[in-house]
Amino acid sequence: MDHLSPVIWQFLIKWLTNFAVIPPEASRIAPQVDALLVFMTLVSLVGLTLVALLMTAFSILYRRDRNPVATQIEGSTLLEATWTIIPLGLFLVMFVWGSVLYFRIYTPPPNAMNIYVVGKQWMWKAEHPGGQHEINSLHVPINQPVQLTMISQDVFHSFSIPAFRVKREAIPGRYTTVWFEATAVGTYHLFCTQYCGTAHSAMIGEVVVQSPEDYKKWLAGSTSGVSLAQNGERLFASLSCNACHNGQPNSRGPSLADVYGSKLNLTTGQPVLVDEAYLRQAILNPSAHITEGYAPIMPTYQGQISEEGLISLVEYIKNLSSNYRVQQTLNTSALLPESPDKKAAGAQGVAKP
Amino acid sequence: MSTIVSLPDQSTARVPKRNYLTNENGLLSWLLTGDHKRIAILYLISITFFFFIGGALAGLIRMELLTPQSDLMASDTYNKIFTMHGVVMIFLFLVPSVPATLGNFLIPIMIGAKDLAFPKINLLSWYLYLAGGTMTLAAMITGGVDTGWTFTTPMSTHFSNTNVVTTGLAIFIAGFSSIFTGLNFIVTVHRMRAPGMTWFKLPLFVWANYAASVLMVLGTPVLAITLVLVVLERTVGIGVFDPTKGGDPILFQHLFWFYSHPAVYIMILPGFGVISEVISTFSRKRIFGYTAVAFSSMAIAVFGFFVWAHHMFIMGVSNYAVLVFSLLTMLVAVPSAIKIFNWAFTLYKGSITFETPMLYAFGFMGLFTIGGLTGVFLGSAGTDIHLTETYFIVAHFHFVMVGGMLMAFLSGIHFWWPKMTGRMYPEKISQLAAVVTFIGFNLTFFPQFLLGMLGMPRRYAAYPPEFQVLNVFSTAGATILGVGYLLPMIYLVWSLKYGKVAGNNPWQATGLEWQIQSPPLTENFTTIPIVTQDVYDYEWLERQKEHEVTHVG
Ligand code: HEM
Ligand SMILES: [Cu+2]
Repeated sequence: MDHLSPVIWQFLIKWLTNFAVIPPEASRIAPQVDALLVFMTLVSLVGLTLVALLMTAFSILYRRDRNPVATQIEGSTLLEATWTIIPLGLFLVMFVWGSVLYFRIYTPPPNAMNIYVVGKQWMWKAEHPGGQHEINSLHVPINQPVQLTMISQDVFHSFSIPAFRVKREAIPGRYTTVWFEATAVGTYHLFCTQYCGTAHSAMIGEVVVQSPEDYKKWLAGSTSGVSLAQNGERLFASLSCNACHNGQPNSRGPSLADVYGSKLNLTTGQPVLVDEAYLRQAILNPSAHITEGYAPIMPTYQGQISEEGLISLVEYIKNLSSNYRVQQTLNTSALLPESPDKKAAGAQGVAKP
Repeated sequence: MSTIVSLPDQSTARVPKRNYLTNENGLLSWLLTGDHKRIAILYLISITFFFFIGGALAGLIRMELLTPQSDLMASDTYNKIFTMHGVVMIFLFLVPSVPATLGNFLIPIMIGAKDLAFPKINLLSWYLYLAGGTMTLAAMITGGVDTGWTFTTPMSTHFSNTNVVTTGLAIFIAGFSSIFTGLNFIVTVHRMRAPGMTWFKLPLFVWANYAASVLMVLGTPVLAITLVLVVLERTVGIGVFDPTKGGDPILFQHLFWFYSHPAVYIMILPGFGVISEVISTFSRKRIFGYTAVAFSSMAIAVFGFFVWAHHMFIMGVSNYAVLVFSLLTMLVAVPSAIKIFNWAFTLYKGSITFETPMLYAFGFMGLFTIGGLTGVFLGSAGTDIHLTETYFIVAHFHFVMVGGMLMAFLSGIHFWWPKMTGRMYPEKISQLAAVVTFIGFNLTFFPQFLLGMLGMPRRYAAYPPEFQVLNVFSTAGATILGVGYLLPMIYLVWSLKYGKVAGNNPWQATGLEWQIQSPPLTENFTTIPIVTQDVYDYEWLERQKEHEVTHVG
């Protein structure tokens, strides 16, 4: 729409924004959603006006004192076909347009940076790969596609940023994703829109869109010193994952290096794509998918690791790109001040019993 | 020239002494009745009672939302109140309203039968309704429920410590009431039509209720099973919905909406039936494209079962499922559009008057059109993402259900009131009530579309301050709307004693129910009618009247 007539478009947007009918457009996708919304509103207004006009006109022309005797009419196939086909056509246009938009809204570009979000009663916890945590706020850089990988720790929540025109449920037990590219520096509402209990309406936060420089500053200022992957690595050791998954040729578990993004062959003969969801499931419910050539001996970690802990583990495994790297990160972590003892691990993501 | 028969002379006219109301006396004769008309009255009273409870709760919701903070009540209380408002309005008002009251009263008469096929089951379904309703109230009084009427798991199964089990069972029981009503209607329409009453001579009200009955019988058991699963999960932890036990919370969504989407049509289809009757009567015309209207009811009933996942576009159902469900949703919108235009064109070359039922029907047309069109915003996947779970949804379903269904219900109650009670209500004040309702409704719910566009989430006790202006409008509107709903309550009761005597056919309508006395005899017809004329045959009616006039004169 904005390439058809920039003037009218600007006018519409300014006017509508000033009169607070639509929220600010602060993402790449927002103008596209608004274009369809405007189209639908216009079609609806035309439709509604048509019905209203017909009814008013007939009510005036054929009221009892002007037209005492009604003329009986059976119907008219032609007319009925008209008002079947025209709405059908319009609805189909909206369907196609809306579907294209849907795919755009939910298909992240490959270069999107990833941030994890955990929803819980009643807060949003965001975890940046660098180890920055924030609660009920989300800092993102402008003009950079950001993908959120979300999960809920308890009930359904839903992550909604009206100014970006995106929303996605955070669901217990599975990862969902949403992405956006912010286009205007500023602070925007972040709502939980899926009813989630007592403090649902307090589960509000803000999305802060920053220039790349400010974002870098923010990252540097809020780092905890341990990245998600490093935290995951410590968990990996403290939960004794490395007893089996140590990358040695004769180890009892498969090597996890480079496993992310690859196709694994399972004992059932089915290949699976290893993504975040698969990794999480493999930790919680290992017997459900046994890698070809290995015995079903891995214990379940259900109830022992929090969602944040799982995220760290997943992030760690994602970053394992070779045996060499396993070695290297293990070495670096040995240099960290804190030793990976159980207490620290507890604070960083092992679920309390 | 046609002769318009005037109402019976008021000074001498009497309500017939012998009728279904006076047939037997005493409370027991009501509580043990098998008469479909008396059961309809029992339903009408109990449904009205629950409507006013739901309405009072709505008032509290709107009061709380007058200000951005949650200052009138704690957010827990607010959550319980909107849950109860939804539960009561959906399960105890909207679902049974037209079928159980008007349908019960009219369907046997409209098809020329003496009663429904299973009078005792009909009575049983009222008791089930009452039991469910009472249990719901008990749950509300003894601590409430805070899951929302949608009972979303795992909120309802693991995280809420309120009366989920009682409420779930209450709805389970009330559900059987609607299954039985549906069964009764289906069998009655199939087996008990009077000689000559072919399917295409059925009034559209019967068609619409028939279509809704099919949905009730097929859909409600799914809800019942779902609620049982929730209760079992909560009490013994079976784990079908619990991800830590290998269950799937999305499964609940599928099951729940598999019922609850068709339920929307259970609610609205009978309303369509009322509108068809009213528009036809007050424009004195056969409904334009009778067959299309009848078939579109059935089409809605059938397709209504295949759109449930449009409630889950943002929940991570697969993208291709989204495509299919979005497409089907668009397709199911078409029959509704067909109906709107057919009703509008029924007015063409009619001879129109604007009595109260017609005013409500006009209100219905406007509000339902808006409700339907905004449904398309939600059916289109890309825009649904922004609008769902916001006040846009609240506005949309209130336009459809309250603007549509409730307007239809009020239209029908006014239309058939003279038949049910033998009395007319005062015309001027009832017209005023219809107008007040329409204005109040728009002022209440239109701002909510804007709130939704702006992103205000639903089910919020507190909200960011910039949404306040629109919320104040909405609350002000609700006050007017409340007055609009109270007025009929008052003058209808008043009319029972002081209303003008109605006579058999005050609206000069076609249809078998207008050929018998008002209020009808317990057995409806002294002799089973043989139907020769077409439905909505006003010319036939005129001839009848001329005949009568010459006879009487
Ligand atoms: C004066 C009239 C009414 C007002 C002001 C009103 C107001 C509201 C509001 C503000 C909500 C949203 C609560 C929230 O999401 O936070 C709501 C929800 C709802 N209303 Fe109404 N309402 C009215 C009448 C009705 C009627 C007549 C019905 C049905 C016949 C109805 C059915 C519902 C349902 C099913 C919900 C959803 C509850 C939930 O979210 O769980 N309402 N109403
Ligand atoms: Cu939440």
